[in-house]
Amino acid sequence: MDTFLENSLFRNIYCNLASASENCAARGYGDALLPDGLQWLAFTLTGVAIIGLVVNAILMGVLGFIWFERRVFARFQNRVGPNRWGPFGLLTPVADAIKTMFKEDVAPEDSDRFLYNLAPVLMVVPLLVVFAVIPFGIGTFVADLNVGILFILAVTTMSGLAIVMAAWASGNRLSIFSGLRAVALLISYEIPMALSILGVLMISGSLALGRIVESQNVPFILVQPMGFLVFFLASLAEMNRTPFDLTEAESELAAGYLNDYSSMKFGLFFLAEFMAALAGAAVITTLFLSGWRGWEPVPSQVWFFLKMGGVLFVIIWIRFTWPRLRIDQMLAFAWKGLFELTLVNLTLAAILIAVWPQPTTTQLWMMAAINWPVFFASIWIIGKVMGVRPHQIDRTAMGALYPVATDEPAPASEASEQ
Amino acid sequence: MLEDYFRQYGLLFLFAVIAVTVPVGMLALSYAASFVRIRPTRQTPVKRTAYEGGMPPFSPKPSRFNFRYYYYALLFVVFDVETVFLYPWAVRYGLLSKQFGIFALAAVMLFLAVVTLAYAYAWRKKALEWT
Repeated sequence: MDTFLENSLFRNIYCNLASASENCAARGYGDALLPDGLQWLAFTLTGVAIIGLVVNAILMGVLGFIWFERRVFARFQNRVGPNRWGPFGLLTPVADAIKTMFKEDVAPEDSDRFLYNLAPVLMVVPLLVVFAVIPFGIGTFVADLNVGILFILAVTTMSGLAIVMAAWASGNRLSIFSGLRAVALLISYEIPMALSILGVLMISGSLALGRIVESQNVPFILVQPMGFLVFFLASLAEMNRTPFDLTEAESELAAGYLNDYSSMKFGLFFLAEFMAALAGAAVITTLFLSGWRGWEPVPSQVWFFLKMGGVLFVIIWIRFTWPRLRIDQMLAFAWKGLFELTLVNLTLAAILIAVWPQPTTTQLWMMAAINWPVFFASIWIIGKVMGVRPHQIDRTAMGALYPVATDEPAPASEASEQ
Repeated sequence: MLEDYFRQYGLLFLFAVIAVTVPVGMLALSYAASFVRIRPTRQTPVKRTAYEGGMPPFSPKPSRFNFRYYYYALLFVVFDVETVFLYPWAVRYGLLSKQFGIFALAAVMLFLAVVTLAYAYAWRKKALEWT
């Protein structure tokens, strides 16, 4: 049976266009619009229609997410947030997009023009393509690749390349520092991210996202808490969100690699930043929150988007709760914290699968029961190993150059001299 | 079956084409707006300098940066290859352990032990430290 005909929307369009297709006739479709022998045209047209729909939905989703983030941010700070354009300020991102599009485009003199213009496009494309393999609901997907998760990992790495390209092409000192940080962080977090999925793959026995969702009789966040935590934190770092947004640390690098971008090129980077959050939330939902699965009267697509919204809210929550880390802290966290946790997770998952190969639902619950105590124990141990060393301010040496404000009253001798 | 396999990649290719068209179209629309005088183009030499905190940049592209980045690049290569080895194993592991029992586990534990040893060595040699 053809996989693409399992997609209900695809089937409805394709089977009304193409004639003499046995699979369509078997499903009770009658006369077709196009003459015989044009199945390829019907396939292409249907594909373009569906993909256009999905891409539009993603772009609208990004606008919605920008609005959502700004409103939630405002609530965290006890403000009202954007409320002028449209009901509840819903049209504010649209106004922003139009404004960005019609701004003057200024490129620095000594920039590398080709790379400078290519980088924003290369930043957006991979994040859009991620959505091609994600199952949004029962029979709602664009392409059900049998190597789905590998494809996502491979493609999202490209956006790191785009950051470096933008940073280097700008010919700006601050941008290049930002680009170097981006490389160090992206490659460091790539490894725990890739390794944390292995537990999921062992249980589901497939790389296809559709199969992974179907095998989640228990959501994998319960069966694989370590994998979830590592994947969530690593994808936060990969999408350059606070507290891991060192590449555009405003207080140090102005805007990092965005420094010399303006107009729509800046707009595309801005779009990509929010699209990365959407893509990350979609992947986390699919891998760990049992994707589109839910209880019956509510459609599967609604379940998927509800879960995705929940993940997005947590991402926003984290953004406005934690301050930014330093680069040494971040790299140490990736290599000493998350990597260790993935090794523990991998070993434990391998042992558990050796005991229960191809686990049933009951066995999955038992795995969860074993995983959670180990999860807390290993976090405690790793916390001890990494250690918390509060930064000590040397008041005697530094105080002479830069007086540090204290609650103590000033020494009497200084006051008397003046 | 094979046809179905390639159809999925055909759809993916179509998706990639459209995904390239969207940002390029946005850039083109923005560029076209400068012809109908919606988007201004009034460039001055000062505007066209790189923004480095407001001071005029005093040299072209910086060519020196912290050598620490190389350590992480090397470590990345080592451990990413490990990932490549582990992925095919993880997908088939359920079937393998059904067939071969404890042997499938032991083989990979040996591999992971070697990797962990390398990791411990890197840590001991302070390759994971920033300063």
